[in-house]
Amino acid sequence: MPRFAVCVFPGSNCEEDVQYALQNVLGELAELVWHKESSLAGYDAAILPGGFAHGDYLRVGAIARFSPIMDAVRAMADDGKPVIGICNGFQMLQEAGLLPGAMLRNQTLTYICRYLYLRAERADSPMTQTLANGEIVRIPIGHADGNFYADDETLDTLERDSRVVFRYVNEAGERDESSNPNGAAHAIAGITNEQGNVVGLMPHPDRCYEPELGTDDGRKLFESLVAWTKDHA
Amino acid sequence: MKANVIIKLKSAVHDPQGETIGHALAGLEYDQVTSVRQGKIFELTLDVSSKEEAASMAREIAERVLSNPVLEVFEVEVED
Repeated sequence: MPRFAVCVFPGSNCEEDVQYALQNVLGELAELVWHKESSLAGYDAAILPGGFAHGDYLRVGAIARFSPIMDAVRAMADDGKPVIGICNGFQMLQEAGLLPGAMLRNQTLTYICRYLYLRAERADSPMTQTLANGEIVRIPIGHADGNFYADDETLDTLERDSRVVFRYVNEAGERDESSNPNGAAHAIAGITNEQGNVVGLMPHPDRCYEPELGTDDGRKLFESLVAWTKDHA
Repeated sequence: MKANVIIKLKSAVHDPQGETIGHALAGLEYDQVTSVRQGKIFELTLDVSSKEEAASMAREIAERVLSNPVLEVFEVEVED
C-alpha cells in the first residue's frame, strides 16, 4: 500500500483536509510530515497543501522553498514519484523551480473563494488519470494570488508539450472571461513538469470530496493520484 | 554598512496594484501621472568591511531570496 506524505509548514491550513480525503474517504495511508524533516524515505508521493506557509511573507511560497523538506520533495520529483502542490503548494513548487511561472495578485485584487469549473486537458497526469480527456469538474478556489504568469516562450512550451493539466472554463467547458476571475494566463489552473510527475493546481480538491461539501468532484482527483501512484510504483 | 535592494516588476509583467494606485491618483486629479508601477525595497544592515563586499553580498541575497527572476528585476545601492 503506497504511503502519502502531506508536508506541513508553519501556516499551512489544508493538510488535514488532504489527509482526510486520502485516508478517511479513500482508505489510503497518508501521514503529516513537518517541514523541518529532511527525508521522505519510504513515501511514494508528496503533497504540498494549501495555506499561508510562513505567512506568505516576501512572496507566496518564497520562504517555504528553503525548508529542509523541500530538498526531499525535489529528490522525489527527480525520482519520478508524484509531487502535488495545491494552491499555496503550487506556489511553493514554482518558487522552488519544480514548476514554471509565478503567481501574480488576482486581477480583481481580491481574495476569491468560489466554485469554478475546470476542464481536464490531459487524462494521464497524477491528478487526472481517472478523468476523461476534456472532462469538466467543479472545484473551488480560495486564493489572492492565482493569476498565473509566465513569459510567452514558457507559455508556448507549456501549450506545445500539453503540460496544461487544468483550465478554468464555464459550465459548458468553454473558456470565457468570467470563468477565469483571477486573470490567469491562458486560463491556466494547473500544470505539470516535463516528466509529468509533478502537478500544481490552484483549485482545492481537498474542499469537495463528499457530496455534503457541494460536490464530490475533488474525490476524482485524489482517486487519480492514488491510481497513478500505484501504476508508477 | 547598509545596502538597499530595490525590487521592481519586469516591464512586461502586468501590475494590477500599480494600475489601481494610478486610477486613484487620476481620481485626485494628478493628471500628469501617466503610469504607476509598484515595487518594494529591502534595507539590509551588513557587518562587512567594504562597500564592494556589501554590494556583492546584497546582490547574492537579492538573486537567491529577495527577488523572483520570473517576475522581477532588482537594483542594489550601498550606503556609506
